[in-house]
Order: sequence, then C-alpha cells, then structure tokens
Amino acid sequence: MNSLILTTATRLIVAILLVFSVFMLLRGHNEPGGGFIGGLIGATGFVMYAIACGTAEARAALRAAPEQIAMVGLGVAALAGLASALFADPLFTGQWLFLGASEGEKGLPLSTVLVFDIGVYLVVMGGILTLVFALEEEI
Amino acid sequence: MAQHSEHPASFWTLASVVPPLIAAGLFAFFLSFLPAVAAGEGLRHAVPWVPSMGVELSFFIDGLSLTFALLISGIGVLVMLFSGSYLAGHPQHARFSLYLVSFMLAMLGLVLADNLLALFVFWELTTITSFLLIGFNHDSKVSQRAALQALLVTGTGGLAMLAGFLMIGSVAGTMELSALRDMGDVLRDSPMYLPILILVLAGAFTKSAQFPFHFWLPNAMAAPTPVSAYLHSATMVKGGVYLLARMHPNLSGTDVWMWTLVIFGAFTTVFASVVALKQNDLKQTLAYTTLMALGALVLYLAAPGGYAITAMATFLVVHSLYKAALFLMIGCVDHATGTRDARRLGGLIRRMPVTGIAGGLAALSMAGMIPFIGFIGKELLYKGGLESPASVVIVTGAIFAASALMFAIAGVVAFKPFWGTDAHMPQLDRPIREAPLPMLAGPVVLGALGLYFGLDSHTLQVAVTDPIAGALLGDMEKGKDLHLWTGVNAALVLSILTFATGVVIYVFHKALRDRIDEAAARLISFDAAWDSFLAGMTRGAVAVTAQLQTGVLSRYLLVVFATITVVIGGTILLRGLDIGSPVLDGISYVHLVVFGLTIAGTLVAVATNSRIAAIAGLGVVGIGVALVFIQFGAPDVAITQILVEMLVVVLFSVAALRLPTLPPARPVSERTLHAAVSIGLGVVVAAVVIGVTSVPLDLNLTEYFEKNSYPIAHGKNIVNVILVDFRAFDTFGEISVVAVAAISAYALLKQRKPKGTS
Repeated sequence: MNSLILTTATRLIVAILLVFSVFMLLRGHNEPGGGFIGGLIGATGFVMYAIACGTAEARAALRAAPEQIAMVGLGVAALAGLASALFADPLFTGQWLFLGASEGEKGLPLSTVLVFDIGVYLVVMGGILTLVFALEEEI
Repeated sequence: MAQHSEHPASFWTLASVVPPLIAAGLFAFFLSFLPAVAAGEGLRHAVPWVPSMGVELSFFIDGLSLTFALLISGIGVLVMLFSGSYLAGHPQHARFSLYLVSFMLAMLGLVLADNLLALFVFWELTTITSFLLIGFNHDSKVSQRAALQALLVTGTGGLAMLAGFLMIGSVAGTMELSALRDMGDVLRDSPMYLPILILVLAGAFTKSAQFPFHFWLPNAMAAPTPVSAYLHSATMVKGGVYLLARMHPNLSGTDVWMWTLVIFGAFTTVFASVVALKQNDLKQTLAYTTLMALGALVLYLAAPGGYAITAMATFLVVHSLYKAALFLMIGCVDHATGTRDARRLGGLIRRMPVTGIAGGLAALSMAGMIPFIGFIGKELLYKGGLESPASVVIVTGAIFAASALMFAIAGVVAFKPFWGTDAHMPQLDRPIREAPLPMLAGPVVLGALGLYFGLDSHTLQVAVTDPIAGALLGDMEKGKDLHLWTGVNAALVLSILTFATGVVIYVFHKALRDRIDEAAARLISFDAAWDSFLAGMTRGAVAVTAQLQTGVLSRYLLVVFATITVVIGGTILLRGLDIGSPVLDGISYVHLVVFGLTIAGTLVAVATNSRIAAIAGLGVVGIGVALVFIQFGAPDVAITQILVEMLVVVLFSVAALRLPTLPPARPVSERTLHAAVSIGLGVVVAAVVIGVTSVPLDLNLTEYFEKNSYPIAHGKNIVNVILVDFRAFDTFGEISVVAVAAISAYALLKQRKPKGTS
C-alpha cells in the first residue's frame, strides 16, 4: 500500500508495539499479559509493517525467517520443560531462582516458567508471521 | 541370489560374525535356566515400565517360554551363521544382519513377556521386522507385495488381539500371564468370553497362517532363504501357536475353543499338505508343509489331554529341527545350482554329499521314520488323535492324511534332488560344489539333532515336553513319556499304514500333481481375493473422499456443522436431557448493548454480498465476544480475543483481495440448507451453554488455583500461571500445533503454482 501517512506512522507505532509486546510478556505472570498476548502484539507490529512497507522489507526488519523463529521458540519451550529433569522433578515443573533474596526481600525472580513463556511468545509470533507473510506474498 | 556366489567374499566381517555370537550368548544364557525349569519352577523378573498406570515390563520363564527361547536362539545361531556366508559381499548385508538380530530379540521378548501389553508390543515388533525382512529385496515388486501383505494380515490380527487382551485385563483385573494362569474360570464364566476368544484367535490364526489367512505365508518366501528358514518356519509363525499355548490354561476347556481349533487346524493341515505336493519350487513346497505343521499344532492345542499336549510339544521341536534344516539345505542347493525347481534337480549326491546326507536325516525325521524323533512325534500325534475328546475320526484322519503326504513330500524335497536322475539339471559354467562351512553347519547340526533326540528321547522329555505339560496343564506328571518303541498298538499300525500310503503317493506324485493343479484352478484363490479386497478398499476410500473433500471450504464447514448439530442435538433429544432454563438475573443495559452489537454484526455478515463487509461484520461479533469477557473479568482472554480478531480480519482482507465478490443470487435450496444448519447449530450450542450453566459449577479446581497460584507458582495472574506452569505441558502441545499449522499452511501456499496460472 503506498500511503505516506501510513508508512510514517507505522515506523513509530511498530517500535512502540514491539516494546509493548515485550512488556506484556514480562509482566504476564502477575498482571494481564503473557507469551500468547505478547506474541500476538509483536506479530501485529510486523503485520502492520508488512502492509505499509511491503513484505520484503518486513522480512528484512525481522532478520530471521519467521518459521525459524517459531521452531526456535518450540525448542526454547521444550528445554524449559526438560530443565526440571536436572532437579529430579517431573517434566515441566517450574524451577525458581530469587536473585538477591534476603529476609523480607523477595529478590529478582527468575524461572524456567519465564523461559517457557518466552518460547510461547516466539512460537506465536513466528507462526503468525509465517502465515501472514506467505499469504501477502501470494497476492 | 546367484550374484553372491560369483563374488566370493570373506565370511569374516562384523555383519557375519557378530549376529551368531549374540545368538550363541543368548542360547547359553537360556540354557542356564534349564535345570530350574526342568524341576518345574517358573521364574519371573519385572522392572517398572509405566508405573503411573501400573504397567510393568515383566518376564516369565517356564517350560513353554524356555522351549521357545531355546529354539529361537539356538536355531538363530545356525541361521545367522548361514546368512553370514550366504549374503557375504551383499551391499546391504549389515542391514540384513541388523534386521535379523532385531527380529530375534523381538521374538524372544514375545515368548518371555509376562505382561500382555508387553507381549503385544513384541508381537508387533516381530511383525514389523518380518515386513522388513520379507521386503529385503526392496526393488522387487513381488517382495514389496509379499511384505505388505504379511504386514497387513498379521498387523490386523495383532490389533484384534490387543482388543482381546484389553478385555481380558478388564475382566480379570490383571494383565500378568503368571497371575492369569489360575484365573481360567473367571474368564470362561465371563459374558465377555466369546468376544475375547474370537479376538485372541484372530491374532493367533493370522500370525500362524491358519486357513483362511494362510495365503501370506507362501508369498513370504520372497524373502532370502535364511529368513524363510528362521521366521517363516521355525519361529515367528509359531508365535500364534505360542499364544494359543499360553492362553490354553485361561481360555481352553470350552466347546467353542475345542471345535474352532479342531476345524481350523484340521482343515489347514490337510489343505496345506495337498497343495504342498503340487509345488515345483521346493521353497514353496516347504512353505506349505509349514502350514501343515502349524495346522497340526493348532489341532492338538484344542484338547486338554496329556497325549495331545505332549504330542504338540514334541512336534513343535521336531518340526523346528527338520524344517529349518531343510530350508537351509535348499538354500545350499540353490546357492550351488541356481535353481530350486523340483522337476530339474537330481543326482546331486555325488557333488554335495554332506548336504545330501544332512538333508536326508532331516527328511527322514519329517517322514516319521524310526529311529528319528519325527517317528516319536508322529506316534504321539496318533495317540493324541485316538483319545481326542472332539472327534477321533477328524483328528486322526487329518493327521493320517497329512503324515502320508509329508512322507511323500520328504521324498520330493530331500531324496529326488540328490538320488534322482540328473537328466534335467541346468547346465552351469562352474562346478557344483558343497556350500561353505557356515552354511553347512545348519543342516548338519539340525539333521543330526533329529536323530539324536530320537535315540535319546528322555532328554527331550525332561527338558521340553514335561515342563510344557506342566505349563499348560498345571502338572508335569500329566506329560506322557517319549519312547521309540511302545509295543504293537493302534498308533504303530497307523504308522505302518502311513508309510505304505506315503510310498504310493511318492510313486504317483507327478500324476497327482497335475490333478491337484486342475482342481486348484477351479477353486477361488485367496491370494487374488486379497488383491480385490485391497482394490475395493481403495475404491471405497476414493469414493468417500470425493464426496466429503470437495475442495470447497463452505462444503467442509457445512459437513462439520451439520455433524455437530445432529450428534449433540440428537443426544439431547434421545436421552431426553433437561437443559434447564437460562439464568437471566443481573443482566444490565451494558450487556444488552453488547448483545445488540453482536447480533447486528451477525446480520451484516449474513445479508451482505461483499466479502469485506462480511469480514468486518464478523469482526464486530468478535469484538462483542471480547467485551463479554471484559464484563465477566477475564482481561487476558479479552485481550487475546481482540488481537486474534484483528489479525483474522487482516488475514481475510488480504485473502479477499483475490476473491471475486459473492454471487448475488445463490439458489434458494442452498441458502435454505445453510440457514437450517446455521440455526440448528446455534440452537444446539445455546442449549449446551444453558445446560452447562444451569449445573452448579464445581469450584474445586478454581479454588485450588486461587489458593496456590501465588504461594506455589509465584504468580498473581492465574490465567498465565495455569498456562505456563500448572498446565505447561498442555500449552506446549498447543504451541506445537500453532507451529505445525503455520508451517503446513506455509508449505501449502508456497507449493501452489505461480500467480496467473492457477
């Protein structure tokens, strides 16, 4: 689509959408959000970019092929699930580490659950972009 | 297989040497159990397999399983020695060795497994390895067809057997054979007895190639000779016999069991012996005599008598020894002369004396001559037949006919090629020589064993037949003694009559062969019937697919929606379910506005002829649903819903650019049908929702998540905690689906023809 307004606005909005998607991903454990929603928002950003500037440019901006992003996400999620085996827990048991935790201070929570959610994020974003790019290139 | 003899290759390769060593090690290992088992002990060893479902990988060694294990590993040693030399230099020799050893391990697992599910798994593994071995010459159409046929016939039987096993498990409450052994009455008195019996027999009869499932076995001779000797005579096809013997304490003792086995066994044994006589290819001859032996074994498992079981156990060993020996002997002959045609072979005794004598020993045992073990086997068969509770005439008559024919066939297979005239021998440009030593070992050892056990039958009785009688009848004392000479009695008279008849048949076998050929030409061929059956299945599948998968999306949706409507609506109506009435308390004007919006969106989608307008209308419906989620406090779901709606609208719009506008006037009949299905589906879904919400909600899970989400899983957003922690495995399944769906769609889109040509 050849529209100066759309192209200019998109460059701004896409950046905001991508940051917002990561924000939604990270806050998801306690507030509305998470990997699914984050991935959808991220995908929306690139879909807008593709509509405004063309699929080729959107692919270049994404750097990696979307189907590869989806596969890597699947692998990250699988590894996060398998990690519990190292601690002799059943598969997909969340493992937590509270950095700098002390009396009365919870510390920075890090967990395989977050890694798993990042995997979900990548699969959703990669999967949708695989589809949309392929469809757009067909037209 | 002629190409191997032209390129003599070394026997001393890994693929040749390792398999016999593995088999020999296993044979020695199983031999160490013999003293305990001969003393009547049963040994069980179990390791946890699927502990959460109470499934153990358990093994059980008693007289029956040990006999089979010794046969499998012992004959395995000789067959693998043989194939090491037979296939030396073949480019895929290593692959063959791998298949053969895998088969042996699967077969050992089958006979040693104590758990029915484990038995099933090993059973299917033998089917699969058999498929690979029959199809070893995978570029030959004949091999391909034979392999697939064997796989389909025995695989289908195996699935029926699995269903039978599951029913046994549900009736008896256990799947351990060692525990089931004492529960025969529970199974026999159960109303499920008949279905269980039919299903288990289906497995056993297909595997052991009983009529009318016999046709796959002669075709399986497309496999290399060692495979025929090992799988399709000595071991795998006896899997069905093993299963029947294993199930003997649980399922036998009823008239259904007895008569089914008598009729199928007797018919198979006589039918196969007659057809065996007409074969020209010696390998085919032996294949049909294997069918005869399998029929006889099934026949003697019908009755619980001591003679019947002793006869079955003896004949099992007798047959494995002489049949493997004869197959390997024919392999040697084929290797040396390049032909297996009974009409051409003759006079080989001067060139191949060792092969001839070894084959002769095996054939004498097959013919049931004194002092070979085959004679004792045949005497026992007659004694078992004469005391048969089913029908003395049928059982004895069948065995008489089959034994007389076996006598004649033994002459055709092992006498004529060596001692007959060599007038029709093919002319070869190389001398006919004995096969190398590893190939000769099998016929020599097995042929000699047939003589040895005849002279020292007591060893066989202590080691094999008494323990098998103990395993099947619960008492080793019920096994009968094995003696060469039991005095002048009915069995001896029958034996002498058998020899006389056999000699007459051998003398006239060429004339008889033509008669059988003529008769066979008038009968229906099961092999051809199988082909038409497969072709019919394919045609049926094509017809159904053409009806259901038209390639028109609206047709698919129509079928899916109509099915849902009929199935769920039908269930509600037929069961007379009371769906209650909708709860209308607490509806505010906000809700009404959302509903109005949703309904308006629907109406737009239905009424418009523009695809873009229809998609936008559906988008409004989606947003309406998201608003409902927000109203009822599920922001995560609402956000997801809105984002998905947006993407769907974008995707559809992209796709819609290429599609023509909807035709303004579709036929009234079509529109009526669509309207009827849509309204029906709406009514059914509404009924389900009302029905579900009128039942008090079980809040157990909700409370669990609310209570534990933060303390255990460190998260306040319950939806997300469920997704990534409590139900992470489900989520993993879902994202796998997302990834696979995306890649499939990508592949579909990218494989289409370029723009303009489609």
